[in-house]
Amino acid sequence: MKIIVCAKQVPDTTEVKIDPVKGTLIRDGVPSILNPDDANALEAALQIKDADPDTTVTIVSMGPPQATEMIRECLAMGADNGILLSDRAFGGADTIATSSQIAAAIRKIADYDIIFAGRQAIDGDTAQVGPQIARRLGLPVVTYVQKIREFKDGKVIVERQLEDGYEVLEVQMPCLLTAVKELNTPRYMTVHGIMDAYKADIPVWNHDDLGLAPECCGLNASPTQVLRSFTPAPKGKGEMAAGSVKDMTETLVDRLNEKHLI
Amino acid sequence: MNAYLEPKHEMVRKLVRQFAETELTKEVIDEIEETHEYPKEIFDKMAKCGFYGMRVPQELGGQGADYRSYVIMAEELARVSVVSNIWATTPNSLAGGPILNEGTDEQKEKYLKPVMNGEMKICFALTEPEAGSDPSGMTTTAVKDGDDYILNGRKCFITMAPIADYAIVFARTNPDPKAREISAFIVDMKLEGVSTGAPEKKMGVIGCPTSDVILNNVRVSKDALLGEEGSGLRNALATLDVGRMACAAQAVGVAEAALEEAIKYSKERKQFGKPLCKHQAIAFMLADMATEVEAMRGLLYQAAWMKDKGSKEVGKFASMAKYYCAEKANEICGKAVQIHGGYGFMKDYKVERFYRDARVMTIYEGTSQVQQMVISRAILK
Ligand SMILES: Cc1cc2nc3c(=O)[nH]c(=O)nc-3n(C[C@H](O)[C@H](O)[C@H](O)COP(=O)(O)OP(=O)(O)OC[C@H]3O[C@@H](n4cnc5c(N)ncnc54)[C@H](O)[C@@H]3O)c2cc1C
Repeated sequence: MKIIVCAKQVPDTTEVKIDPVKGTLIRDGVPSILNPDDANALEAALQIKDADPDTTVTIVSMGPPQATEMIRECLAMGADNGILLSDRAFGGADTIATSSQIAAAIRKIADYDIIFAGRQAIDGDTAQVGPQIARRLGLPVVTYVQKIREFKDGKVIVERQLEDGYEVLEVQMPCLLTAVKELNTPRYMTVHGIMDAYKADIPVWNHDDLGLAPECCGLNASPTQVLRSFTPAPKGKGEMAAGSVKDMTETLVDRLNEKHLI
Repeated sequence: MNAYLEPKHEMVRKLVRQFAETELTKEVIDEIEETHEYPKEIFDKMAKCGFYGMRVPQELGGQGADYRSYVIMAEELARVSVVSNIWATTPNSLAGGPILNEGTDEQKEKYLKPVMNGEMKICFALTEPEAGSDPSGMTTTAVKDGDDYILNGRKCFITMAPIADYAIVFARTNPDPKAREISAFIVDMKLEGVSTGAPEKKMGVIGCPTSDVILNNVRVSKDALLGEEGSGLRNALATLDVGRMACAAQAVGVAEAALEEAIKYSKERKQFGKPLCKHQAIAFMLADMATEVEAMRGLLYQAAWMKDKGSKEVGKFASMAKYYCAEKANEICGKAVQIHGGYGFMKDYKVERFYRDARVMTIYEGTSQVQQMVISRAILK
């Protein structure tokens, strides 16, 4: 099987602080990490490879040159190779532009059975890029995959997480699956893997390599415009309902009744 | 950032730190201290990450890492749990070292591979009740009998002996005490005549048993000989050379952890109406500790870098690193306890364990005085 994993290097948001005056994120000195959901996506690919050693796992990541470190981390966990999409022209990309660039890279790779992505990146929380890539490539997509059940006749059977349970879906490959953290526990790197990862050649593709004109990339191709970013004023401490969904619903209805809202 | 380290070394640090902080939780460590047992599950997970065969070439099934990667592993494990670091470094140095140095291909296949995979445990039996700092004074003998050797003697303070599958035993193959003829043998612990003493009751590094190994007319075949007859002491000293570096790294790790705890506590604890760290005497103590930790790290990474570059002077630097880091770790852990006051004397606080664990570092793998001998010899020749 040939698997592509889309992975992003993100600031470790557990370490990010907010500038109280400007309301912006203080990114200085914040370590960069492999986006957590992407680590689950990679682990899913590596488990397929554990079961079938003929599998190859390729990482595709868009980011600044430093993101090669994150690709090496993926190689040290067991991925076979990685490609970095990096170009000044890619800067300022929103999800539309990002998915167009990544889809172009995947078209260039051409040969694949499954594309994995994380559900969402912790720095943007949009959960849009995975499904957009699938749309651009004309592939079926299943988001929120919490379990991969089996492969059968060119199809994969997965469980898709819902708020209260899951649904079982059979999907034709090639397809794109987005991973949630419940899918698995990502493995550690190995020392052997780290040593090999630093010998590996990680090609960097720019807009020419992707066959995209600069106007079709990055900020130029991003309809999203950020007008202002701010920290919402903290709300008072709410009441957390606990128990099963049924219990919580009952509590909620009681509270709304008490307040004469319904 | 450090001039001696490359990105791959920082990646090794990232792996080991992630591992230590995820697996070696307070609950796990408390349980080890209480039961004196090390969890097999964690031992196995360390094997999977490759911690037991760091410097062994990949062709032999090892990790193919360099000395800097190795010392960073030791530093990061010791930062959370010194005893975990002993479990991880022993297969690399005391168990794997002598076999990697002088083992035949068959011996490497039979012993080194399973040691690296965590499937076999080998202890290193050099020290004797009457021969510690001066191993050449050992009295354990190996007398040739046809194709076999008969071993007799007693070894003491042997790490992992009670649970080891094999021991690398150093014994005198020439009965003349002046003929420094010492050889190394790989001895199956199940052989007739091999026994171990009761595990020692130790001050620190709880969770890795240490005991005597007693050899009473133990018959081993000549295949058990490691290297040549008479090459044992050379092999032991070469092994300890490497161990020295890991021991220095372990001291750096525990000192860093003690410093971190002391800083944290000094900000929380208030006396005379302000946090401890706002009292100059405490703030300056912390400044000294932080400065010393950086100096320790610098010396350690330099020694490891020199080893990676094949420098001839590395022996002196490895001894300097072991000596300085072990002594300073003791001072720093002592100061961290001091900053914690009475609380630091209680087992509820990490620094109590750090203080006990650091104590052995100036003793094993060559005492501080032995390191001073090595260093002075190198500078006075
Ligand atoms: C927890 C633990 C684990 C150990 N694990 C192992 C193991 O796995 N395998 C193994 O073989 N050994 C092991 N040892 C033994 C260790 O290596 C020895 O304890 C160490 O070499 C010191 O020997 P000694 O205890 O006999 O002390 P001694 O050699 O008797 O030294 C006593 C004191 O005298 C000083 N001294 C000795 N000679 C001189 C001199 N010429 N000049 C100045 N001062 C001197 C020493 O520095 C020390 O301060 C272990 C020890 C401990 C505590």
